[in-house]
This record gives sequence, structure tokens and C-alpha cells, in this order.
Amino acid sequence: MSEALPDFKLIRPTSLDEALNALTAQPNTRLCAGGTDLIVNMRRGLETPDVLVDLGAISDLKTITMDDKGLRIGAGVTLRDLAGHAGIAGAFSAITQAANAIAGPNHREVATLGGNLCLDTRCQYYNQSHWWRKSNDFCLKYRGDICHVAPNGNRCRAAFSGDLAPALIVFGAKVEIAGPDGVRSCDLADLYREDGADHLTLTKDEIVIAVQIPPTDAASAYDKIRVRGAVDFPLAGVAVACRTDASGARHFALAVTGTNSMPLRVDMPDPLGKDDDPDSYFKALEKLVQKAVSPQRTSTIAPHYRRLSASALSARLARALI
Amino acid sequence: MKRIVALTLNGRATEDAIAGNTLLIDYLRDTHGLTGAKKGCDGGECGACTVLVDGRPRLSCITLAASCEGTKVETIEGQAKAGRLSALQRAFHENLGTQCGFCTPGMILSATSLLRTNPDPDTDEIKTALGGNLCRCTGYVKIIQSVKAAAKAGENP
Ligand SMILES: Cc1cc2nc3c(=O)[nH]c(=O)nc-3n(C[C@H](O)[C@H](O)[C@H](O)COP(=O)(O)OP(=O)(O)OC[C@H]3O[C@@H](n4cnc5c(N)ncnc54)[C@H](O)[C@@H]3O)c2cc1C
Ligand code: SF4
Ligand code: FES
Ligand code: FES
Repeated sequence: MSEALPDFKLIRPTSLDEALNALTAQPNTRLCAGGTDLIVNMRRGLETPDVLVDLGAISDLKTITMDDKGLRIGAGVTLRDLAGHAGIAGAFSAITQAANAIAGPNHREVATLGGNLCLDTRCQYYNQSHWWRKSNDFCLKYRGDICHVAPNGNRCRAAFSGDLAPALIVFGAKVEIAGPDGVRSCDLADLYREDGADHLTLTKDEIVIAVQIPPTDAASAYDKIRVRGAVDFPLAGVAVACRTDASGARHFALAVTGTNSMPLRVDMPDPLGKDDDPDSYFKALEKLVQKAVSPQRTSTIAPHYRRLSASALSARLARALI
Repeated sequence: MKRIVALTLNGRATEDAIAGNTLLIDYLRDTHGLTGAKKGCDGGECGACTVLVDGRPRLSCITLAASCEGTKVETIEGQAKAGRLSALQRAFHENLGTQCGFCTPGMILSATSLLRTNPDPDTDEIKTALGGNLCRCTGYVKIIQSVKAAAKAGENP
């Protein structure tokens, strides 16, 4: 057999309770949804679970509901189904655009919302084969004791590169999490922390089950900077939502991915009033994003370029929404 | 730990004892000798390993064989019927959509899935559907022409 995966026990539960029990029954157990991030990392020796809990057979996680209470997307919904949902495309364009911009069409057939929110952070010194990393003495994120990106720092700067998180955060999304003590809910933004080696606030015995978004009349958009027009992770990705109030003022919400170890919600300036000058407003918005993001040498593309393109993209998307 | 996995492979029922960590591509190539699906990369990047699972394109190099229990798997070996190449295979041949051939099985299976849902795709639709299949030889123009020629032939893919 050629290049087999490391040995593990595969469990395929059909209910959430079964999955939760399996997750705590043995140490070193991992969840696998579409596997388009995890199995790649396992092939590279970055993950070596003893037990793999495959979430693919739990139908409860695969539903989308949209009504006057808002939108609820199950963690097991595939990116293909998410991108193809007409209701979401109508009311939450940023989500559809982000889902369509993830990886390639054949990944999106199986890749899920939950896996996209929880995918590992990325770095040119980490997403490499075992022999490549070994010959470079590994790094802080895995086995080594120095960071090749910021050798004087003491934390990993690997970039969170999921496209969906910012597109959900701009709508004030909440994430539902099931654990041994029941279901809790928190702001999606709080699922993350700025630490490339430990970027999720999720505990080992928890499962993301859904994302919830309140009803909105905001217009929205998502776009990303990448080298190729398909397949590539974002060097920087930006989601913007814009709500117009009764006075005609525009309220923006903006979040960025690919530049930090977590998706970053950028605080916006005061609303753009009906009689304000849009040019100076968007100039200020661009400066704000430029200051907020912090791309590092985690990819072969220069951090400065990523900073400038993230801010330019932000201003371009925001302007197109007015 | 091995388990019995039953699935339909190119129209034939099969049942094999396979380990939980067996990748679909290794199962196809090593257990069944179906070497059409290619390993073109480290995992998940190139599309050369694309096969169809229940009619939909799937990267067999990052798919666990055990997760395909009960499904219908199709590989490039299932395209030709009674010794006659499929419309897509003929089109790739006639339009120089294949050069070294390494990406071709994956291209043809992604295109098969496209033509089954959209029998007359335009250039953009073809580009989107084949967006995850990389080719280092043809420059893609001939591949798009091949898919169009196959669509014109109008056979059920
Ligand atoms: C070539 C290539 C290009 C890619 N390009 C992009 C891109 O442009 N943008 C992008 O965002 N991603 C990209 N990806 C990564 C990946 O395909 C997507 O992020 C995908 O959405 C991951 O989902 P999955 O279901 O396959 O996750 P999996 O691989 O199954 O899981 C990923 C992680 O999430 C955890 N997890 C999964 N589900 C849950 C859950 N319900 N609760 C808690 N934890 C969970 C797993 O334990 C694992 O750690 C790319 C991958 C490849 C191979
Ligand atoms: S940022 Fe540093 S520690 Fe983190 S993966 Fe890259 S090299 Fe390793
Ligand atoms: S072999 Fe390259 S994507 Fe599967
Ligand atoms: S024909 Fe050689 S890679 Fe496509």
C-alpha cells in the first residue's frame, strides 16, 4: 500500500450524542467532517489521532433553516449546498460569495461549514511534508522551539485562512456548541483567539453544531486576494455588510481573514451620513483596516502587499455597497 | 482494524475488508488495480485523483474508503462501454485535450459530472467546474474545447 495514513480507529456515529461520547471515550480523538483540511494534514504527519470521529453520517447537522427568526446553518452543511442556497444568496450575499471562493469545486462537494470554521491555521513553514519540516528543525507550532516567521517572538503567527468566518461575523453570527454539559452559544468572533498554535477557544470535548444569524436587511459582499483565481487560500479576505438607517446613514460592519491568527472584526468609523463626503470616509476606512491587520511572513507573498491589498479591497467592497 | 466495506465500483458490487485509514485512491489502485486515478500531489491540491462518488466529483486522495460504504464509485476505467470510448474520452483524444495524460482521468470525471447536470455548459461554467483540476501541459484551452465537443456529441455521459 502506498503512502498510507497513520493508523487510527474510525468511528462513524449517526447521532450527536454518540459523537460526543466517542469524543471523550479515548484520549487523542479528533473530529473529521469533509476531511479536506484534516486528512491533508494527517498525510503530512501534522495530525496523528488515535481515533477519528467521522461526522458525515449525522443528518441533524446538515440542515439549513431560514425564517423570520433568522438563518441557522448546521455545521455539517457542505459548502456546495451552502453556496447553492437561493435564500442565502438573496439575503446574505457575502456568505454565498465566501462559500463559492473556498478551495475548488471538488473540495466543496464534501467540505463543511464546521470544518471551515475550525480549520487549522496556515504557514509556509508548517503546511509542508514531514521531511521538509524536519530538515528545517520544525517550528513552535509543531515539535520545534523557534518560530521561523518571527524568531524573536514567543508565539506562532500562522494565519487563520477560513473564508466563511468573516462573512458570518459581519452579520453578528452566533455559534452553537455542544459539549458534555449541553449546548452553549457564543459570538462567532469569540470562537477564536490570536494564537496560531491554539487559535480556537473550543475545548477538546466540544462540537460546533450550527451558526445562527439574526434577520437583516444589510447589503453585503465578500472577496479575497489570492494568486490563482481558484483553489487558493486567501492571502487576505474581506467581508463587508452595510445597513442603511431611517436617516439614510450607512452603518458598516467589516471583518478580515488571512492576515492574523484569527478572523478579525475591524471597528468601523461612525456611520456615513447622507450628506458626508464618501471619498474621505472610505479613505479613513482604508487607513483603519491598514492599521488593524497584521499579516506576517507566513506565505511567500510579502506581508506589506497583503496589508495594502486587504485595506484597498475593504474600501472597494464598502464603496460598492452604497 | 479492518471492516467490510460494500460499494458499487463501475457498476459492479464489491465487498472488501479494508482498514479505517485506507484512502479511496489506494483502495482503487492497490486493491482493485484501477490505476487510472492518479496521485499528482501531496494531498488535495491537483485534482488528478478525482473520481465520482454517487455521481459527484470527489478527491480520492483525501477520502477515506470506508466513508464510501454503500455508494456508487466511478473511475475512468468505467467510461468506455463495450470497447467504445466515451464521448468525453473521444473528444479529449480528438481535440488534443490530453498531452501527458496525467490530469486526464480527473478532468474527464469532473467533466462527466458537469455534463450530467448541465449538458450544454458555456466556457465559464466549464472553467468553474474544472477549477480544481490542474494541468501542466495543455494550457487548458484544448481541455475546454474538448468538453464542448463532447457536449455537442450529445451522448449521455
Ligand atoms: C487545495 C486546498 C485549497 C483550499 N482552499 C481553501 C480556501 O480557499 N479557503 C478556505 O477557507 N479553506 C480552504 N481549504 C481548506 C478546506 O478545504 C476548507 O476549509 C473546508 O471548509 C474544511 O472543511 P472540512 O469539512 O473538510 O473540514 P475537516 O478537514 O473535516 O476538519 C477541519 C478541522 O475542523 C474540525 N472540525 C470539523 N467539523 C467540526 C465541528 N463540527 N466541530 C468542531 N470541530 C470540527 C476538525 O477536527 C479539523 O480539525 C483548502 C483545502 C485544500 C486542500
Ligand atoms: S508562524 Fe512560526 S511557529 Fe507558526 S507555523 Fe509559522 S514558523 Fe511555525
Ligand atoms: S492527488 Fe492531487 S488532489 Fe488528489
Ligand atoms: S495533459 Fe499533462 S497534466 Fe494535463
